[in-house]
Amino acid sequence: MLVNKIKYNFKEQTSAAPLAIFRLFFGLMLFASIIRFWTNGWIEKLYLAPSFHFSYFGFSWIQPIGNYTYLLFIICGLSALFVAIGYKYRIAICTFFLSFLYIELMDKTTYLNHYYFISIVSFLMLFLPANAYFSLDAVIRKKQYQQIPRWTIDSIKLLLVIIYFYAGLAKLNSDWLFRAMPLKIWLPSKYDLPFIGENLMQQNWFHFAMSWSGMLYDLAIPFLLLNKRTRFVAFLFVIFFHVFTRVLFPIGMFPYIMIVSALIFFDASLHDKIINFIKKYILKSKKTVLIVTDFHFSKVKRNLVLAVFGVFFAIQILLPWRYLMYPGELFWTEEGYRFSWRVMLMEKAGSTNFKIVDLESGKYFSVHNTDFLTSFQEKQMSYQPDFILEYAHFLGDHFTKQGHKNVGVFAESYVALNGRLSTEFIDKKVDLYQQKASFKHKKWVLPFQSKIKIKGI
Amino acid sequence: MFRRFLLLFVSIVIISACSSSEETATIATDNFDRSALLVNIADNIIIPAYEDFSNKMSALKTAGEIFTTTPNQTNLNTLRASWFVAYKTWQQIEVFNIGKAEEIQFSFYMNIYPLTVKDVEDNIANGSYDLNSVNNQDAQGFPALDYLLYGVADTDATILEKYTSAANKENYKKYITAVLNQMNTLTASVTKDFKAQRNTFVNNTSNTLTGSVNELINDYIFYFEKRVRAGKFGIPAGIFSSNPLPEKVEGFYKNDISKELSLQALTAVKNLFEGKYYATATTGVSFKAYLIKLNRADIATSISSQFEAAEAEINKLNNSFSIQINLDNTAMTKSYDELQKAVVLLKVDMLQTFNVSVDYVDADGD
Repeated sequence: MLVNKIKYNFKEQTSAAPLAIFRLFFGLMLFASIIRFWTNGWIEKLYLAPSFHFSYFGFSWIQPIGNYTYLLFIICGLSALFVAIGYKYRIAICTFFLSFLYIELMDKTTYLNHYYFISIVSFLMLFLPANAYFSLDAVIRKKQYQQIPRWTIDSIKLLLVIIYFYAGLAKLNSDWLFRAMPLKIWLPSKYDLPFIGENLMQQNWFHFAMSWSGMLYDLAIPFLLLNKRTRFVAFLFVIFFHVFTRVLFPIGMFPYIMIVSALIFFDASLHDKIINFIKKYILKSKKTVLIVTDFHFSKVKRNLVLAVFGVFFAIQILLPWRYLMYPGELFWTEEGYRFSWRVMLMEKAGSTNFKIVDLESGKYFSVHNTDFLTSFQEKQMSYQPDFILEYAHFLGDHFTKQGHKNVGVFAESYVALNGRLSTEFIDKKVDLYQQKASFKHKKWVLPFQSKIKIKGI
Repeated sequence: MFRRFLLLFVSIVIISACSSSEETATIATDNFDRSALLVNIADNIIIPAYEDFSNKMSALKTAGEIFTTTPNQTNLNTLRASWFVAYKTWQQIEVFNIGKAEEIQFSFYMNIYPLTVKDVEDNIANGSYDLNSVNNQDAQGFPALDYLLYGVADTDATILEKYTSAANKENYKKYITAVLNQMNTLTASVTKDFKAQRNTFVNNTSNTLTGSVNELINDYIFYFEKRVRAGKFGIPAGIFSSNPLPEKVEGFYKNDISKELSLQALTAVKNLFEGKYYATATTGVSFKAYLIKLNRADIATSISSQFEAAEAEINKLNNSFSIQINLDNTAMTKSYDELQKAVVLLKVDMLQTFNVSVDYVDADGD
């Protein structure tokens, strides 16, 4: 697909079944994710218990809304369900996209690549005719479209290709390939797994084998899924890989979401069979909906959507490279780290404490982080410079409001990365309260000092 | 084709249902024997320490009974000596905030300081109180005895008057008895429970939030950071406030023991790290050995030498931290800084190496 992109035929039509099945499974997975999030008590723990929330740059106006946050999750979960069954699809996906985005923007402490994945896939789905076929909407309007423009389905495939491939590229670095980090730290601690915990997980060669095969998997799988001849085997790999990572790491629903997403690479015949199966055994319905063969966008609408998608994919392809514009080690400063499919690349931990200094008298006192942050927030704050700065400003404002004069905020911070000894992270002579948040390089993050450098992409 | 998918789907469900067993424990015998680590800590450190403390606690209770029956200078001196001995031993066990100790918040009833004198005096004046109440946590334990034996009046003679001739002398004596009974009962229950749970503790080697190793390490670091570094040094030295707060030192009323108590606590922390048997020179399987096994001898030695550096700095201080703070607080903050360096090594470097679960939230490696 990438190769003959130039002569891609935007007028070609294809079966609507793969997109309908994608809509159904994706919606169900999201619904399950929301339920799981709620029953784990994470709404309370992550959004209601903390008194302070870390915001994305420019989004500090998005905050949890007290007990209404539960309502937000109800709306989000219900709209996911509506998306799944394809009822009032356009409104449902729009509601889902906005409510999910709002949830994600409430606190960046919970940032995960797979939440970002859900956000951008649901953005794409805003524009796709995912309710054309096998949906409640189709039943209600008494007609369904069997054929939809091929590019609508291909846009989701393209996004999946980008995600896997970029995740693979991100693994092309010396820590991952030649030190087997961070798997060398993570795998041995899985000693309590049945069968493999006590032996395989402890072997040096196994750590390297996992690192290299993970890298190869990410780079190759999109193309193996695209190719008809390798597709079924590739799908087996997808299942094995994601189930295995699910066993090893606390990554929640993500593996299942990726597994069902990968189904979209298959031919419509499979999706037709799934639909027939569901109709026969689950819905037990013999009702047939009038089929109108083709769904077409109006020309204006099509060009508009294609323009939006063009910009969207340009951003997707370019954004992960923005780190090149920053000096210094990416893993250390994390400038340009997020939104780049850098998954499972770092074991990073820190200890960061703040001093509130009266800049005139030089008197100071230290802050108990636990007075303001939950343990999860403190952990995340301790090694991410943008968190440190935001928190420093919060502390500065807090103590100024309390009546302290000439407040300066200084951080004492130590961070360890991928098994290196901890070293000083933040310049302790810099008054962070005077530093402005921006996308510019943060000069007050001390350079990465370890002799074991990280080389690669 | 479709049938193969159905089969596949069913097997995924089965596989993942079987594997998402986040809380099941299996006995691990991988390269590093966690069970041996737990056995050493339980049998050679925790249990002997608990037993020793229990004995000293009963001796203290007996001394208290003798004093309250016959309050005189000799019996006061015996009670005071017995209190100090028990207080020092307490420093060896406060770090074990596990099992019953965690459940009943043992240390909150034994050693919350500074003491709220008003609560103590109100309780005594009222003659009735519930020491199990959370509100009375800062009105009992070792700090309450510190006050009652040293701080309730200016001289020994006037202190004794409280128990011999004061109008509510009976209430004073009753309060000593009540505090001692409470401490003794809690100690007995914690000791008994740990011995009974010993096998469960030793066999619970899973890497989950509730695994013994994980709980132990998390409590260990928490204790060192909050109760030793902050409680004994940082808070009184004014690290967390605009001005020093010398009245917040441990053993404020006796006023020449805060250094000794803190050194005892640091020794306990160091001994646990190195797996040193309680009160003997033998060492066994330890966190340190675990680090070395994971090829991180560099971290292991850094931590040991950092403990020693902190100890050396503390040894320079006055026996009374409140005197030290008023005299030269920078010496106190230097000790704090050395302890802080050890916190970083434990919390960042050691925890990263062990990769113990500390929280249950989805993560994709940041």
